[in-house]
Amino acid sequence: MDSTLFVIQILNGLQLGVLLFLLAAGLTLVFGIMDFINLAHGSFYMIGAFFCATLTLWLDSFLLAALLALPLTLVVGVVVELLVVRHLYQEDHLQQILATFGLILVADTLVHIIWGPEGLTFALPEVLNGQVTVLPGILFPVYRVLIISVGLLIAGGLYWVVVKTRVGMLIRAGASNRRMVEALGVDIRYLFTLVFGAGAVMAGLAGLMIAPITEASIGMGNEILIVAFVVIVIGGIGSIKGAFVGALVVGLIDTLGRSFLDDMLKLVLSNQAAETSAPAISAMLIYILMAAILYFRPQGLFPPRGR
Amino acid sequence: MSAWADKSGRYWIALAGVLILFLAPFAISYWDQPFYLDVLMRLMILAIAAISLNLILGYGGMISLGHSVYIGIGAYAVGIPAYYDEYNGILQLLLALGGCGVFALLTGAICLRTRGAYFIMITLAFAQMMYFTFVSIEEYGGDDGLVIYARSDFGGLLDLENNVVLYYVILGCLLLALLLVHRIVNSHFGMVIRGTKSNELRMQTVGFPTFRYQLSCYVISGMLCGLAGWLMGNFTGFISPEMMDWTRSGELIAMVILGGPGSLFGPAVGAAIFILMETILSEITVYWHLYLGLLLILVAKFSGKGFGALVGRIRGAR
Repeated sequence: MDSTLFVIQILNGLQLGVLLFLLAAGLTLVFGIMDFINLAHGSFYMIGAFFCATLTLWLDSFLLAALLALPLTLVVGVVVELLVVRHLYQEDHLQQILATFGLILVADTLVHIIWGPEGLTFALPEVLNGQVTVLPGILFPVYRVLIISVGLLIAGGLYWVVVKTRVGMLIRAGASNRRMVEALGVDIRYLFTLVFGAGAVMAGLAGLMIAPITEASIGMGNEILIVAFVVIVIGGIGSIKGAFVGALVVGLIDTLGRSFLDDMLKLVLSNQAAETSAPAISAMLIYILMAAILYFRPQGLFPPRGR
Repeated sequence: MSAWADKSGRYWIALAGVLILFLAPFAISYWDQPFYLDVLMRLMILAIAAISLNLILGYGGMISLGHSVYIGIGAYAVGIPAYYDEYNGILQLLLALGGCGVFALLTGAICLRTRGAYFIMITLAFAQMMYFTFVSIEEYGGDDGLVIYARSDFGGLLDLENNVVLYYVILGCLLLALLLVHRIVNSHFGMVIRGTKSNELRMQTVGFPTFRYQLSCYVISGMLCGLAGWLMGNFTGFISPEMMDWTRSGELIAMVILGGPGSLFGPAVGAAIFILMETILSEITVYWHLYLGLLLILVAKFSGKGFGALVGRIRGAR
């Protein structure tokens, strides 16, 4: 294990971690306040990516496109909340799953109709394409540094909003006792729409940031959504702090497992056995972690108070 | 009185359905439309899977969003031995049931420590774990999957290579699954499971170790779905991790809810609605998922009791 590769993989893990946090934050807030399971949360990730890809191709500017794609994703999120999600808060989780599964099918098909079956790729501007020295002798892509910084910035901002502002106070109050907040004269439906929209924007941001590296493709949100579920289950559903810690832990363990597990297994197993078993085990790693944590703490690491 | 009439009416419809399924191969061979034999086989296999899911979801209140993993394990129990030229049907079947049983026991023991939304997400996560595990095993084709060149071999007893024989084996398994679930939910064991769904604390207070009952039910359901997986592997002659993708589990839930959870024939009816919609709509438009999605949203919004209740509501509103 040479240390340069180790540092780079830590940074890669951090990048996956902040992307997971952007997805998980919306999921966990929506669940914490509204007791709503949103399987379609990954669709906002996809829609953000497609908006940004198209706008980049039109405007020839990634940054401008990203700034425009976010409000567009917000509009989609608010419309979905008003048309569909709002009517499901009173239903069981089973109905919510069915409806949001239906939403995924609708979203994927609409994207298929509008953008076609192929994914969209687009290039980063020159400025973001280079490498930067993060530690003496260690180069890392500028763009990935940007992703990590934006993610951490959003995490900090979200923390500030939730802990220090009036809206955040209402969100926390709504999470611990919805009826009491309503009884005190707060229009909780307005708060729901706001939180749902904010969650959609954060998911869209994650999607549009990853799109230049991979591509914008149909169903891109469906796989990462499950990992985001693992994150919020580990962190404790409804807890922002849990989502943050969970996201970084999952991001780091997944990335480091994939790159170093075969070397570590070679210490105890024969070379060939290590080579064949490492990919399978590293794919299972975060789920094993989840199982272990849940075995000892069924409510996750940071269960929200007052539930 | 009307409840009794309603119930007996349902059994007549079910009997008619079985009769139609029994006679269908004759009609299909008479009009020479083998495509519909395939449609019916797929329909019945998914009906078995939906029935198994309904056992825990409808009767037990355990919402598993990772049930298609058992279809995958069951199918790989055909595919992996076949990869090593081992086609013994008994062995493959035992592998499918045993593999699903062990997986359900291990994951169920952890999942059932949690409740509500946690349970949903953890079943989902474990299924996805198996998905990524099979994706990462290059030996068995990874992402691309494996082709199974011959179906399970039962010596001279059954020739599954013959599609009509396979059809009747699937039909037999479907009837077996219905009988099994019927016997289970009406037994003492089933009463405990249903009681736990409506009030777990009370069942525990009365003195039932609900965890053990639920775990047993979870394992039985997983194994029954493994049977569906074993049939699916034989039917398609191809396996890939895609069979256990979580969207497949979502489709199984959709089938159970479309038919009405917690009823014996509901999931089979739901599977039939789903497959017939898929067959008909996909002929008309490649965008048929759009209509399916809208239907699911409507069903979820307007009725907790499935397609029948939705139709009843529309009728009632008139």
